[in-house]
Amino acid sequence: MAAKNTLDLSMNKYADVPYEEKERLFEEMKADHRWNHVLYGCYECGICVAACPSARFYDFSPRVIAQAAAREDVDLVYTLMNDSVWDCSQCFSCDRCPRQNSPGQIITVMREVAVKNGLKTAKEALEGYGRIIYKIMSTGTQVSPDMLQPNAFPDWGGHVKDISDNLDVWRKALPPETLHTTETGWQITDKTIIELYLIWHMTGVMKLIEGVDEGLFMILVDVMEERLEEAGYDNISFD
Amino acid sequence: MIHLPIVKAVDRKFEANPEEAPKEDIREAVLQLEKEGEWEVSRVPEPYMEVKTKYGRSKKIPVQKTWHHKSCGQCGHIPGYSTSIFWLNRAFGLDYHDPTDQTSCTAWNYYASATSNPEAQAAVAMRNFAAAAETGYFPIIHCGTSFGHYKEVRHALVHQPELRRKVKKILEKLGKKLVMPEEIVHYSEWVLAMRNRIAERQVLDMSMITATVHPACHYHKLVEDDAVYDSEIYGAQRTAIITSTLQALGIKVGDYSTWYDCCGFGFRHILVSRDFSRSFSVQRKIEVMMEEVNPDITVTHDTGCVTTLDQSQFAGKAHGKKVGLPVLSDSQIAALAMGAHPYKVLQMHWHNTDNTRFLEKLGIDHAKMWAEFEAEADKIRRGEKQFLTWEDAAK
Repeated sequence: MAAKNTLDLSMNKYADVPYEEKERLFEEMKADHRWNHVLYGCYECGICVAACPSARFYDFSPRVIAQAAAREDVDLVYTLMNDSVWDCSQCFSCDRCPRQNSPGQIITVMREVAVKNGLKTAKEALEGYGRIIYKIMSTGTQVSPDMLQPNAFPDWGGHVKDISDNLDVWRKALPPETLHTTETGWQITDKTIIELYLIWHMTGVMKLIEGVDEGLFMILVDVMEERLEEAGYDNISFD
Repeated sequence: MIHLPIVKAVDRKFEANPEEAPKEDIREAVLQLEKEGEWEVSRVPEPYMEVKTKYGRSKKIPVQKTWHHKSCGQCGHIPGYSTSIFWLNRAFGLDYHDPTDQTSCTAWNYYASATSNPEAQAAVAMRNFAAAAETGYFPIIHCGTSFGHYKEVRHALVHQPELRRKVKKILEKLGKKLVMPEEIVHYSEWVLAMRNRIAERQVLDMSMITATVHPACHYHKLVEDDAVYDSEIYGAQRTAIITSTLQALGIKVGDYSTWYDCCGFGFRHILVSRDFSRSFSVQRKIEVMMEEVNPDITVTHDTGCVTTLDQSQFAGKAHGKKVGLPVLSDSQIAALAMGAHPYKVLQMHWHNTDNTRFLEKLGIDHAKMWAEFEAEADKIRRGEKQFLTWEDAAK
């Protein structure tokens, strides 16, 4: 079962990071259009902590996140951006805040800034997650039946092997015609996937992936460019 | 010390008055933007059903002509969930569309990894809504996270003209219009609105069953005013979703102290930090349900919740925890009540926790039913048939 790791809030850990750099990231957070709708101050009542699942199993507190952001404590926000935000469950149970804060949404913004700026801790948090990003960005579905392999889910027991052993037949034994797939959650047209890929380009997501995981970026480009070519898309503009 | 009288929450009723709602009705702004030529609004097909949301507002729920926005986790790992939704539609002879021009909302990845941004998320949502509008069918969302996320996208698009402009431009490049649905509807709202019709067609007595309910966080905590409430269910102090449906089927719903807690899914945790998901799910949900209610089943209405609550129990058992509680969706329970096959339709073999005792309590001969499924599967193995059809599932 999960064990708690202690969060180091001494500020020594990131003392070598220039204050200006921490401030730059904080300003990027504040510039997000959501900022003024997710943080109004903090009563320090702790209701968010009481509702928070992650607070029960990690050294994690949505109240600390909201307070640090509201006080504009640049050093503490930087520490939390590195060592705390990835513990959040993103369930938004903290949205019951009587001050109408959303610590979960503050964290969404902090994570985006961390990823966009390629923070080492963000890259570490995403280690082992690349195959999921690849799956969603290249196929349009996040998880697929063929992901159910015993070595990937040993803690789910022997039934994963049953599914894996019978996968092709059990998928064909599903009455909806769109569910006979094994590599995607459902049958998706090529045109649909290509439109999704164009969205990733036009909204800067491909650039984001290049910054955070260059290897993944290259594989995605290879696979998708081939798909574009096969589908007859030449000289397409990603702008 | 002051001693206040203890009044149970369920003894009080919250009578909502939409005139006193503390929040805007975003749907009015959606329609106003249509008048201003900012987008088209796809209307809920008539005749529609109506339910009440948190502040007493009416929400339109389509009966048919529905475009089924499927869920990655449901279709990928618990496919009897979506199959049961389709089966219910077919059982009532309703017209629906199961699209291939649909992507995931991609919000699971967004909440897990932040490797996206609001513009991309809005563009993905609006591409799907445009695809639905092109077919003439109205979107109904299978996943709780897609449902909550799309409502957030709607809020952002209403209040941010610049975001709207950018997304409109992207869709133009894809040859698509900017179309916002009149309502954003979760499939479980359709099941709830249909509950009395389902009960009329019920062939399986479920009055001996006690269930617990787990509502999905992204259903009733994200954009919380647009979840279904009913003064007869928990005094309208909690969402009526699932509970109302189960009670209509004669199932006793037991209350428990961690009802409001999440399931432990965590988005990234269920994929790469499952120690947390397992611990939370077992210790804060399953064990509490078992100790306080000892139900026959727990019923939920979202991808992640079924997955986490069900799959986590294997490790819980290894740790000697009080587990062994089958987990199903409300769509599966409703289909079962109407006589759907537990393996050909509900596809219960994709679930982890032993559910045979639950079936036995309902008087279902699960060994015979499994043999029937296996016979069909063998025909596929031998190449005698390509697929299990809807007609096969009805036998």
